[in-house]
Amino acid sequence: AALTGGLRFQVSAALREGRVTPTELCQRCLSLIKSTRFLNAYITVAEEAARKQAEESEKRYRRGQPLSVLDGIPVAVKDNFNTAGIETTCASNMLKGYISPYNATVVQKLLDQGAVLLGKTNLDEFAMGSGSTDGVFGPVRNPWSYSRQYKEKSIPKSHSDGAESNWVITGGSSGGSAAAVSSFTCFAALGSDTGGSTRNPAAHCGVVGLKPTYGLISRHGLIPLVNSMDVPGILTRCVDDAAIMLGSLAGHDPKDSTTVQDNFKPFELPNLTDVSKLSIGIPKEYHAPGLSSEILALWSKAADLFKNAGAKVIEVSLPHTCYSIVCYHVLCTAEVASNMARFDGLEYGHRSDMKKSTESMYAATRREGFNDVVRGRILSGNYFLLKQNYENYFIKAQKVRRLIANDFVKVFRSGIDILLTPTTLSDAVPYMEFIKEDNRTRSAQDDILTQAANMAGLPAINVPTALSERGLPVGLQFIGRSFQEKQLLTVAKWFEKQVKFPVIQLEEVKRHDHTVLQHQKSASFS
Amino acid sequence: AGARGCAGVWRRAWQRGAGGPASARRGQRAVACNTRGGAVPAGKSGLTPWVPVVGLEIHAQISSNSKLFSGSQVQFAAPPNSLVSFFDASLPGTLPVLNRRCVEAAVMTGLALNCSINKKSLFDRKHYFYADLPAGYQITQQRVPIAVNGSLSYSLCIDNKMSQMVTKTVRIKQIQLEQDSGKSLHDDTRSQTLVDLNRAGVGLMEVVMEPDMCCGEEAAAAVRELQLILQTLGSSQAVMAEGQLRVDANVSVHHPGEPYGVRTEVKNINSIRFLAKAVDYEIQRQIGELENGGTILNETRAFDSKLGCTVPMRDKEGKQDYRFMPEPNLPPLILYDAKSLPANMNHQQVVNIDWIHERLPDLPSVKRAKLVECYGILPEHSFTLLNEEGLTEFFENVVKQTQMKPKKVIGWILNDLLGYLKQHSLTVKESPVSSFLLADLLNLLEKNEISSTAAKQVLVELWKGEGKTPLQIVKEKKLELVQDQKELEQICQAVMDRQENEVIMMVLG
Repeated sequence: AALTGGLRFQVSAALREGRVTPTELCQRCLSLIKSTRFLNAYITVAEEAARKQAEESEKRYRRGQPLSVLDGIPVAVKDNFNTAGIETTCASNMLKGYISPYNATVVQKLLDQGAVLLGKTNLDEFAMGSGSTDGVFGPVRNPWSYSRQYKEKSIPKSHSDGAESNWVITGGSSGGSAAAVSSFTCFAALGSDTGGSTRNPAAHCGVVGLKPTYGLISRHGLIPLVNSMDVPGILTRCVDDAAIMLGSLAGHDPKDSTTVQDNFKPFELPNLTDVSKLSIGIPKEYHAPGLSSEILALWSKAADLFKNAGAKVIEVSLPHTCYSIVCYHVLCTAEVASNMARFDGLEYGHRSDMKKSTESMYAATRREGFNDVVRGRILSGNYFLLKQNYENYFIKAQKVRRLIANDFVKVFRSGIDILLTPTTLSDAVPYMEFIKEDNRTRSAQDDILTQAANMAGLPAINVPTALSERGLPVGLQFIGRSFQEKQLLTVAKWFEKQVKFPVIQLEEVKRHDHTVLQHQKSASFS
Repeated sequence: AGARGCAGVWRRAWQRGAGGPASARRGQRAVACNTRGGAVPAGKSGLTPWVPVVGLEIHAQISSNSKLFSGSQVQFAAPPNSLVSFFDASLPGTLPVLNRRCVEAAVMTGLALNCSINKKSLFDRKHYFYADLPAGYQITQQRVPIAVNGSLSYSLCIDNKMSQMVTKTVRIKQIQLEQDSGKSLHDDTRSQTLVDLNRAGVGLMEVVMEPDMCCGEEAAAAVRELQLILQTLGSSQAVMAEGQLRVDANVSVHHPGEPYGVRTEVKNINSIRFLAKAVDYEIQRQIGELENGGTILNETRAFDSKLGCTVPMRDKEGKQDYRFMPEPNLPPLILYDAKSLPANMNHQQVVNIDWIHERLPDLPSVKRAKLVECYGILPEHSFTLLNEEGLTEFFENVVKQTQMKPKKVIGWILNDLLGYLKQHSLTVKESPVSSFLLADLLNLLEKNEISSTAAKQVLVELWKGEGKTPLQIVKEKKLELVQDQKELEQICQAVMDRQENEVIMMVLG
């Protein structure tokens, strides 16, 4: 029970009461990581460091002086956060083997509060993707592919096929973190969210995924995708845990000038009993092309749930939503082009053997170091930034971004407290199907429901809601007002309580363990 | 010799133009440049005069303990790569944090140059690949710089005569904050490039001057005045030899009434003297080129101080598109004044323009005026006093300690002290004669205890720095003037006694 339960009520209590020790907890997670290696959720497992941290934590508990509610709690961190002494790769050849000399602020905060850092989780290269399929270490497998729930409902074409070809993607780009939380190998994980990269895999993996307000959590040490939209994301098994994580991470960081100056007060979430004072907005534009009927039905059911509980449920309009993806494309690629300029092979990371000239070394280094997706985005970003194009693309996109942000401002000003939307268009698709489309098309489709919140900098959360007909998780998204995380999470917690999302039944894990592990090894190192 | 000849061409040509169809504004400049010229043999084209146009872009390294966006120290000549933070080396995930001191230095400089200070300025990224630019972009202020629309008054003397000084003004287009780059050392024999990032990220103020100058001497005088201002403010040490002040000159020539010519940018100028030379050479070169039917390329040229000429620089792969983009990691830089300052704001968190304005030290022009007023010295003497570091203080100390009139003291300072120091390449600080000793000596002179000839003799002894006081030297060398009436009579009597014949002749008439 301790392993599957939440931070506030189960594990932390168990640690405090000595029913489980940090080293036991750490050991169990490490064993689970081993037995779920085939998920490819982790790029690096920091086994030794984690054990040491657990031992330190244990000493503190013995003295009766745990540092915080997170003391001794095993966590995982997406591999685009810098971790001193542990490889930080961004799932790219460019940074393979790169060991950062410093901790990201969020990582430092976790360590300072006693959390045990198990390792670094898999992602799309430099977080560019929506499947966690485009990293140099291979795709992440959705733990639900191996759940009893999925197995019972999806009918394999033949016996030999089975889960091996039917396994579904985690979504992305924080798929490793979502899979890690979903498969019980850690209690909470850090992701990053630029266009939905935390909420999307959270929805597909049946976990809570919180994208806080831009500026609430420090980005220092997060290797950027789009600086003006990136936020560290939080993945947990329940909304209460997300609130705990938020409380331990949020606040001003002198190393990140874009964090808010105000002090952040950590909060406990109340148990909402009365939702009658709430106004829930249903943005009609989120009834997007490609939205599965299943999710549509779930969405209206959720709306009814609020209505029946006495909340005001109002259809609202965010008219510029449809421009968000193309606008995002311009702004994202422009910042990517700029941010990636530093990877020239001189100071750190991969350096090509090409020695003809400095320029040819740059070119070869970047060709060898980046995958097609990254190079494609650099190319288009540089195009948009050219003097002759800047007005027509970048400036225009910035204006559209402002319009999108204003849409939200207007809706919230009209009295809406929270927006309720789907997180994804459908449940997770099998890997074989996913890779039929290219990364760009996929990202454009998959970010459509999550991405506008990044444009506007608003807090948003995925709450696992139900299982699809195929036995896969489906989540809904709540979007709140800027810096109103407490209200957002309170509503999300109420909703979570109503829907009673089922626990994943991972009995397949052990059976698949050996055969798939072998397969995975050959796949990721070939 | 070639260079001199060229100089003649434009001076002469210009002289003719002064009376010609030049516009009023140009005409004003014409007078200035005109005054420098002498009679020079006619050039080839002869008929149409040339108007040289000179604009300057000056990078002044901000004098601060730490860099513009990181906590690394700023220090000249530290061991390579010893002052490099994670941010300076562009490690992934690092973010810029603006150094308040650099902002204050830029505001001070802006105010001293009569600029309007933008209460909201922005940072941008300027992209180019270069080994000493680790991030692949420089953070600068392209769209909205911190200060705009200022002016700088400077003076220069006409015909090299200190007595004929004119004051001119150059408009300041803007001052922007930006990062310095690292340094690349190219080892061609081993085909290696060595990179030192100590300088990478040091704060710079780029001062952009409008093309209001027309010759090397004007450019040099303007830069010298700017240098004095920066040093007075302490916003930059502005030592050109240490690269704290780097000047690029944009030079073009055109015929009066016609649009500006194609300009070249002259870089690699590392002293004020070379600035004047480089600009004049470039003007001459362009006129020569055009008069020979050639064209001027819009190119970057380097000044070769040994050859005294400018040469085309290795072009950085043709025209660069810097792909400017707003710096997303820095919020707009907001400055306050007394009116806009929010009451609840932490004083440490804000930069208050009015507060800085009230605390600006006297600028060189004010100091000079005060010297002229206080001491009754000539304006040109006040320039000399300020031009040498520490000389004003020296002068004022001497004045304080002596009864001699400042007007007389200044002669001793400028002729004797400065002459000696220059001759021996010494700074004022290194002078073997302190202000106290000089004052002592001048007091002897003032009290008529020695003659002015004797005083010069004493000074010669004092330069030796043997620790003797002027009085000791006077005694040793028996240089004192005789004050006693009887003694004087005796001396006279003795002289007359010795020269009896002459005395008789004189008496007889």
